[in-house]
Amino acid sequence: MTNPASVLVVGASVGGLAVAESLRRDGYAGALTLLGAERHPPYDRPPLSKKVLAGEWEPDRTRLRADAALAKLEMTTILGDPAVHLDVLGRAVTTASGRRLTAEAIVLATGLEPRRLPGQAPWPGVHVLRTLDDAVALRAELLAASQVVVVGDGVLGTEAAATARAMGLAVTLVGPQATLLASQLGPQIGGHLAALHTRLGVQLRLGAAVEALVGDDERVRGVRLAGGEVLPADVVVVAIGSRPATDWLFDSGLRLGDGVVCDSRCRAAEGIYAVGDVARWHHEVLGTALRLENRSNAVEQGAAVAANILGKDRPYTPVPFFWTDQYDVKIQVHGFAGADAQVAVVDGSPEAGQFAALYGSAGKVTGVLGWNMVKQTRALRQHVVEGTDWSLVKSLRAS
Amino acid sequence: MRVIVDLEKCCGAGQCVLLAPKVFDQRDDGIVILLDEHPPEAVREAACVCPGAAIKLEDLA
Repeated sequence: MTNPASVLVVGASVGGLAVAESLRRDGYAGALTLLGAERHPPYDRPPLSKKVLAGEWEPDRTRLRADAALAKLEMTTILGDPAVHLDVLGRAVTTASGRRLTAEAIVLATGLEPRRLPGQAPWPGVHVLRTLDDAVALRAELLAASQVVVVGDGVLGTEAAATARAMGLAVTLVGPQATLLASQLGPQIGGHLAALHTRLGVQLRLGAAVEALVGDDERVRGVRLAGGEVLPADVVVVAIGSRPATDWLFDSGLRLGDGVVCDSRCRAAEGIYAVGDVARWHHEVLGTALRLENRSNAVEQGAAVAANILGKDRPYTPVPFFWTDQYDVKIQVHGFAGADAQVAVVDGSPEAGQFAALYGSAGKVTGVLGWNMVKQTRALRQHVVEGTDWSLVKSLRAS
Repeated sequence: MRVIVDLEKCCGAGQCVLLAPKVFDQRDDGIVILLDEHPPEAVREAACVCPGAAIKLEDLA
């Protein structure tokens, strides 16, 4: 198989950059184009809800590569010009400004778009948090605010709440689940996280439905819950999840189903690949279709797609990894946790604020979670890789 | 090749240790420890997958 003469990467965030870097690292010498919707050069998103929002980092520190490192990739970079149409058979992308870019291989890495509340019009004081510009705008308003309502009980919502609380603001977090991160980590560990937020002064309104934002001509003034209660707010952060940024592909003929549907090689069609948050691919080891919204996946999948573009024909079968930093707690998850899995603490204790727990389902270890227990968690990851029998987990406690 | 780590960007994932255990280790709080500033082996993959973008490589002439 010969390498494509040209590769176009649509999306200039971490996944798109990983494809470009991996192609060059693997020796690809053809024409390479990186197309980004935002005007910023590739930057890192995890710090947005933490260091950037807290003001510990200047926005520029999130840049993933210096100009010199980007220049070494010898690629054409087009920023601030969103893709609006894909011609699969013609292998061409049209952009908002009217450019038509063609390539023998095209990689879709357009990421996510934050969900908004029904009827959430642009309204001063109401924020989503996805881009660098979002983070800078939200920080500016938090500096002038005294009370914040965060709508959303997932990773982003809890991180935003933790950061705002650490800035000294009165913070209320509203979410539909019984506890924080319940769907990601299950009720037991989610409960520990909820207790942490409560102890540090965040008002939790769990199992609560938001009915509407309330306010006046000037700005938002609060959030009305089902039942009529209004939580007053100077600033409202809406962190109710995201959806894959595939609107521009609606007439492409590609199969869309909560993401760009791909085979086990992350290939959506002949010469068309998808990477990162936007890609739903078939994980051969798990035997299921999967879409992951985390940074590590974007990088690893980018490398896998680069290899497949160059003819390696390798299935992508990662052990997922994500982390979240909240206050002084670092939570790390290798593999799969999930709401319905069995959970066993195998090192440390939640009471001590330091522990590692294994998750299991169908009789096997599927995931490991560390709570301020980094090295042990990394060592326990091997049980995820091997799918250790769940009946052996009890004996791990002593060792 | 020279390896440079940014301790402030390090998020303690340990992906570098998994990929290149002779070059990287972690403190108890997870922050990276650079064991070998001039490793003989290629550590480009570790630098590339670092979730904190905390590992930089300098090619020496």
